[in-house]
Amino acid sequence: MKLHTFKIGGVHPAENKVAAGKPIVTLPLPAEVVLPVAQHIGAPAKPVVKKGDKVKRGDRVAEAGGFVSAHIHTPISGTVVKIDVARTPQGMPVEAIFIKSDEADREADAAAIAGLTPARSDAEVKALDGKAIIDLIKEAGIVGLGGATFPTHVKLMPPPGSKAEVVIINAVECEPCLSCDDMLMRENAPEIVKGVGLLMKAAGVGKGVIAIENNKPEAIAIMTDAVASSGISGLEVMPMKVKYPQGGEKQLIEAVTGREVPSGGLPIATGAIVQNVATAYAVYRAVYFNEPILDRVLTIHTGDDGKNLRVALGTILADIVDTDDYEKIILGGPMMGRTASTLQTPMIKGTSGILLDKRYAHRREMEPCIRCGACVTACPMGLEPYLISTLSRLKEYDEAENEKIANCIECGSCNYACPASRPILDFIRVGKGKVMAAIRARAAAAKS
Amino acid sequence: MNVILLSIIVLGTIGIVGAAVLFLVARRFHVQEDPRIDEVEALLPGANCGGCGRSGCRDFAAACVKADSLESLNCPSSGAEIMKKIGDIVGLTPAVTKPKIAVIKCNGTCDLRPSLARFEGGPSCSVMASLGTGESPCPNGCLGCGDCVEACPYGAMKMNLETGLPEVIEDKCVGCGVCVKSCPRSIIELRYKGPRGMRVYVACSNREKGAQAMKECKVACIGCSKCVKVCTHDAITVSGNLSYIDFEKCKLCRKCVDVCPTHAIHAVNFPVKKAEAVSE
Repeated sequence: MKLHTFKIGGVHPAENKVAAGKPIVTLPLPAEVVLPVAQHIGAPAKPVVKKGDKVKRGDRVAEAGGFVSAHIHTPISGTVVKIDVARTPQGMPVEAIFIKSDEADREADAAAIAGLTPARSDAEVKALDGKAIIDLIKEAGIVGLGGATFPTHVKLMPPPGSKAEVVIINAVECEPCLSCDDMLMRENAPEIVKGVGLLMKAAGVGKGVIAIENNKPEAIAIMTDAVASSGISGLEVMPMKVKYPQGGEKQLIEAVTGREVPSGGLPIATGAIVQNVATAYAVYRAVYFNEPILDRVLTIHTGDDGKNLRVALGTILADIVDTDDYEKIILGGPMMGRTASTLQTPMIKGTSGILLDKRYAHRREMEPCIRCGACVTACPMGLEPYLISTLSRLKEYDEAENEKIANCIECGSCNYACPASRPILDFIRVGKGKVMAAIRARAAAAKS
Repeated sequence: MNVILLSIIVLGTIGIVGAAVLFLVARRFHVQEDPRIDEVEALLPGANCGGCGRSGCRDFAAACVKADSLESLNCPSSGAEIMKKIGDIVGLTPAVTKPKIAVIKCNGTCDLRPSLARFEGGPSCSVMASLGTGESPCPNGCLGCGDCVEACPYGAMKMNLETGLPEVIEDKCVGCGVCVKSCPRSIIELRYKGPRGMRVYVACSNREKGAQAMKECKVACIGCSKCVKVCTHDAITVSGNLSYIDFEKCKLCRKCVDVCPTHAIHAVNFPVKKAEAVSE
């Protein structure tokens, strides 16, 4: 059978998934967490606690600051020490809530986790309608856990005039080195499938596709079994050809449905809603256990070795990493991850991996562009990266907009493919920011 | 012989017909332009820097000729003398403006702030700013890639490789403001050049709280407000943990320079003798 994939461009970097097959280890709850209020795309959340407040595990400490925003909950019981400035991994200041626990709090948390029982039975869950499920997802503060952290409940409510037809579960994990989604599927397949069922019900669609790249045969087998035994009709597991950036929303929709997201349009225009597989698991927890999102699985990749950890949100990264044998810290995968200048920063909902591999520590030396067109071949959006990068560097933003710089998904395939090691994406990112701001300003001016 | 004659006749005829067409077209589509625009443009520097807010020198010249008053029109690159000449041509009096110069509001040289990382990406401040704090921990300071040096149309900026900070060459800077726009951290400001180039300014843009600012840079403004208290001209304000000296009100007394605990306030071009400068 011919495997599905997207048509234009794409690259195949060395996979290096050394952590695949390593069971997920749950780390003990930290004594202190730092919860930034901006952990998602959209408006930052507003703190609802103040200094000195006692909070319990699962309490809401900040609530959504707008329509596109998400609640934030504390994974540990304890006292709010302060609401102050914390550092992002890149060193920029961000408002955050600092919570500290004492011995009694930790014992209470341990007991609560050990004695956790489902809040709803299967029959009760079946009785829930789509609106109720979306409300539960919103209450739980769930965002897209693939890394983009777009609030899940917003995606499930398409704007008027568009209709969802299919829910696509993104279990592609096309980033090299990362294997957290792979292991989550191997260990929690029945729960994930239940979560997918809930997402399909919430979106009001009868068709679901779980897309998994072909380099995860164990996960494909386990998920296929789980889908077959779940009895959810219209749901299927679709093995995909291994190609980066298949996990990109637009690429995945094209690969699965054959439809292209229109330039400047929303993915829902194709009738598809894409959700990450870890998000589906979080939805299961939210609906069955009434549990907000308190932790996530991440991969730590140190070169020859790797592990998958389930870590409470807000844990300081330095507490997770137990080695100092690294040259560079990358949060996320090697293709799209961002370099961190410090480990004294909390992990947030979008932290999918910590890369300490020395192979990724340095860029090759930059050379002049030889106009070979490797970036054009690699670009999955059909753009001309060398051109928009240069236009952006020369501050020719109008021309860059005509060349569709706003369509760039910042996947980094151009940087990867460039034989002259040019920092193509670096400049595109700057130009895209300027062009997007100009487009938004025009839209705002047109409205008023 | 015949061939030569024929060629001359054919080519000559084409030439004459072409000339006639060009003549008629030039007559038919002639645009009557005010000759003063050319005169004004000849006076302007011709760098098309955009410091006046127009798209170029020609556009500015056209605006000057059309305008009823020169109140809002000023070429910062030319200075008062040229503006007066332009005023004579168009028959208006230009607004009196004091010359301005760009100042760099960052003093965090390489040895004064800790280095966190080595940047290997695209060599541009805008790229660095999009990624985080850059090589130093300061989220507001100079990134040192020289976007301003590249942007300056007058070659009035250079990078000091020892300090890692850009420097303004005072004789060349005309105060057009192109560098101000090019800086992603907005640390360049246009301030009055001051009598004999003397000026006092806060050479820092850090907006962190005192303790954090001190950790990030040894010469950061920590927002202690000592300068506000000592200023007798009401020229200094502190907002967002950062001091600012209003150059309209500053009388160049330099009291603030002496009290600043982190030496973030700079006084430049003052003569060594203090009493002389105060009377200025």
